Amino acid sequence: MDQLFNRKYIVQGLFVLVALILLGRLFYIQVVSDKYFLDANNNALRKKFIYPARGVITDRKGKVLAQNQPTYDLMVTPYEVKPFDTLSLCNIIGITMEDFRKKFHKAVVQSKYQASIFQKLLSVQTYATLQERMANYKGFDVQKRTIRYYPDSIGGQLLGYIREANQREIDKFQGYYKPGDYIGKSGLEKQYEVDLRGTKGVKNMLYNAHNVAQGSYADGKFDSLAIAGEQLTTTIDVEIQKLGEQLLTTKVGSIVAIEPSTGEILAFVSSPGYDPNLMVGRETGNNYMKIFSNPYRPLFIRPLKGRYSPGSAFKPLDALIALQDGVVDENSTFNCPGYYIAGNRRFKCEHIDGNIALRKGIARSCNTYFWSIFAKMMLKKGYKNQHKAYDEWQEKVRKFGIGDTLGIDFPGESAYKLFTAEDYTKRYSKYWGYTTILSVGIGQGEITTTPLQMANIMAIIANRGYYVKPHLVKGIGDDKHIDPKYKEKHYVGIDAKHFGPVIDGMQDAVNSSIGTARESQIPNILMCGKTGTVQNVHGKNHSVFIGFAPRDNPKIAIAVIVENGGYGGAYAAPIASFITEKYLTDSLKGRRINGATIEQYKSANLLPVLKDKLPKQKLKTDTSKVDSTKKTAPLKTTAANNQFNKVAIAPKNNATTE
Amino acid sequence: MQQQNSRFFFNVDWITILIYMALCAIGFVNIFSVQYDPDKATAFSFSAEYGKQLIFIISALVLGLSILLFDSKFFSVFAPIVYGATIVLLLAVLVIGRNVGGNQAWIPLGSFRLQPSEFAKFGTALLLARYISSFNVKLNSLKPILICAAIIVLPMALIMLQPDAGSMLVFLSFMFPLYREGLPGNLLIIFWGAVLLFILNLFVSPSILIFSILIIGGLFAYNGRKRMQKVINVGIITLIAICYLFVAKYLFENVLKPHQRTRIELILGLTSDNRGAGYNVIQSKIAIGAGQLTGRGYLEGTQTKYGYVPAQSTDFIFSTIGEEWGFAGCFVVIGLYSFLLLRIVNMAERQRSVFSRVYGYSIACILFFHVFINIGMTIGIMPVIGIPLPFISYGGSSLWSFTILLFIFLKLDSNRMGFI
Repeated sequence: MDQLFNRKYIVQGLFVLVALILLGRLFYIQVVSDKYFLDANNNALRKKFIYPARGVITDRKGKVLAQNQPTYDLMVTPYEVKPFDTLSLCNIIGITMEDFRKKFHKAVVQSKYQASIFQKLLSVQTYATLQERMANYKGFDVQKRTIRYYPDSIGGQLLGYIREANQREIDKFQGYYKPGDYIGKSGLEKQYEVDLRGTKGVKNMLYNAHNVAQGSYADGKFDSLAIAGEQLTTTIDVEIQKLGEQLLTTKVGSIVAIEPSTGEILAFVSSPGYDPNLMVGRETGNNYMKIFSNPYRPLFIRPLKGRYSPGSAFKPLDALIALQDGVVDENSTFNCPGYYIAGNRRFKCEHIDGNIALRKGIARSCNTYFWSIFAKMMLKKGYKNQHKAYDEWQEKVRKFGIGDTLGIDFPGESAYKLFTAEDYTKRYSKYWGYTTILSVGIGQGEITTTPLQMANIMAIIANRGYYVKPHLVKGIGDDKHIDPKYKEKHYVGIDAKHFGPVIDGMQDAVNSSIGTARESQIPNILMCGKTGTVQNVHGKNHSVFIGFAPRDNPKIAIAVIVENGGYGGAYAAPIASFITEKYLTDSLKGRRINGATIEQYKSANLLPVLKDKLPKQKLKTDTSKVDSTKKTAPLKTTAANNQFNKVAIAPKNNATTE
Repeated sequence: MQQQNSRFFFNVDWITILIYMALCAIGFVNIFSVQYDPDKATAFSFSAEYGKQLIFIISALVLGLSILLFDSKFFSVFAPIVYGATIVLLLAVLVIGRNVGGNQAWIPLGSFRLQPSEFAKFGTALLLARYISSFNVKLNSLKPILICAAIIVLPMALIMLQPDAGSMLVFLSFMFPLYREGLPGNLLIIFWGAVLLFILNLFVSPSILIFSILIIGGLFAYNGRKRMQKVINVGIITLIAICYLFVAKYLFENVLKPHQRTRIELILGLTSDNRGAGYNVIQSKIAIGAGQLTGRGYLEGTQTKYGYVPAQSTDFIFSTIGEEWGFAGCFVVIGLYSFLLLRIVNMAERQRSVFSRVYGYSIACILFFHVFINIGMTIGIMPVIGIPLPFISYGGSSLWSFTILLFIFLKLDSNRMGFI
């Protein structure tokens, strides 16, 4: 046993050794290193955020479109709550005991020590009642924050809306937002979120074990002040925006007006729209679902996403390219017997005009004339090189901003494809010629554009050869800075001299007795324009008008699309004329030569009847704007109107074409 | 002998009892701190953890003192029955036990819960002592070693079924009393060598390990080159060690549960995980580190107060001591434990009966294992395997079982001059 007795020392030695290891490690953690000490302070740190006011959005003259109004959130810090009369609190804020328990539990789960939102967006009355009794509710606190208010209730889709950031957005902005913070979800609110939101201020407070603030952390070295959001001066003119929305109230369509020399968008109407005030306040969720489920899709931003064949409105552009190419001059004439023969097929023209030249061709919107010049452009390199000629042509069309996005400062602009020769070869195999794609020559078939692109084409013609990227914001903040790309001029490769004859034709379209938009003449103002009638396989044709005014030194270029409105001259042109008149003279004479008044246009209901789901809704708004209901009135989904009128001629016919 | 019965506390080692009571008091004071809420300072509550712990301590003291009433022979005589009873409880818990946190380790008894694995410790200690103290048992031959191993492995296997790896590993501490009674030291070296290889295997590449084993084996072989048998033995051991590497790797990757793997990897620094399994350890280290030399002061620990450390009154109670009492407090606690352990070993050595000595070593090593692993895991040098800090952690089962363990030994010691 004796030699085993020595093993006692081995066991005891092990005990002592391990005790020394533990003490050594503890000495390092507790005495040598102060990393853990600082970490513990960080844990006892509570951040208090100070929310800045969101930037105000104004129109081009400084009239407020979106401002802030105070609202109150009831916050709770579960740790500080003492037993109290819960029922009285429930009654004041209008919830049941069951709700109370749920909300309180949710707050406890989120954090016992940090305040979280208990009830959002209390009304001023509730706040006043609550404020008197706040002393009874330990652990509860009211936090003021601001929500949006839109004095004119206009521009729902344009301005966009703000809501609580979702997890994806919280992740995307890496730490700026926390659950419950608001973020711009669409429109300008989204595009200019970073400018509008300002910067949250933060106060770092250190708390001791008794939950008493010990003052600011590190003498406030990491604290910051809230910086208010910057004011956003938009390019919108509130008067014509409002007028445009009124004119399109019971119609599906859009209006885009641009100041040609600057590319500033004066009106941006998408109809049907919705009252932006519906997206604010406690009814937001319900209102959003109603707007979202409205079959006429008020959330669809038609000026940027609406897909329309430009139709005859494309003709001035076609003429400009023909003039630049030198295949015609302003005096070249073609004979229009009321139809056009391509290969062995006959295409109908609306009128019989006999020999017709450029000016009258545009004024009368003569299809035969434009088919003829299109044929000349396609054949200028001979029959064998039509594909090459087409490619050159479509490159020139592209310069007008068709076939791609224009780069507007607004989320979600669509780019619709402009076919290249290769695309056609894919579709028709290699035996296709100008007769196959003849409809393209009059702005139909595969050419599709957004209303914004149409308005931009008018700005180009008004400027005699260039455009500035259309944009919606004139200036950010006090110094009114904007992205320099919205100041560059983009030339389209057409000599200024060619614009004269085309503009003459457009002038006649509105101001002469033979013009397609003659009923939309504005007294004392020379508006130049072009109507378009876009065939719609789903119903009545769409009415299109593009134009600018005045003829010399133009101040406004405009595109109006009224779905199911029939001829371009029927609705689009008069609506464009009212808006132009209002913008240029700041008044409305009211009548047009045919005696129609603006009221008739406003009240005309062109909403297509939807068989399956008719909207029946009554929307509530916190600001009790009654007129909001009619804005969300029914309208039709965008017509898939690009699928019509395919002139598909068999390859062998093509080969026999003259 | 008659004298002993006539005087209740005859020969009882008061110093040990004082240390025991000091540790219980430290436990109560710190559990109170974990629960204490300055804003809701109400009357003392017996339904709070600290209130319950006070009941546990008082009842444990009563339990301990009543153990002193037993005849010393009782424990030796009834050792097989106690062992059998704990095995039955371990079987029962698998059937009627309540599952808490993935371990089926608790038998509900009214408002308390019984943890059979705690009681299995002294059952095993008693039977082991009884067996080794019987005639003609020498731990240098195979059969007795295997019988001892069987006594230890049976409860381990049952606890592993719960599964409660932490409590199971505690039974490894029985190796030291066996060592004291003559278990060849080589066996211990081989065992811990295997553990070491297992760990190295996880983060050292196999080729380096095999190479190192070959070199070490080669050195041994060279050293014993004059005797062929020795060279052959070294060769065989080297070969086994290399095979072991692959088996161990397979076991680690295919038999261990993912969370167990994670914990082992965390402790070895192979992965870091600030929110998952590593969260406890990080927060515990922060709490202890925040204590600095003298601590933040009683009831002033922010880590403790704001509940950053999970399971703070049970497995991580040491973090509260570290935060509020600082290095000084930690020093005192570790000092008390060391003193207790050394004293128990000294006491064990003064026993005349082998039974008492083996039992004394057993409890010293069980306590040692608990203290080392528990404190080690709060400061991040041991894996988090969830075993309590003796006498200090909140919990009735563990306190009672440690009390019974200790007081049985005190009773045996009080009768140290007698033969059992």
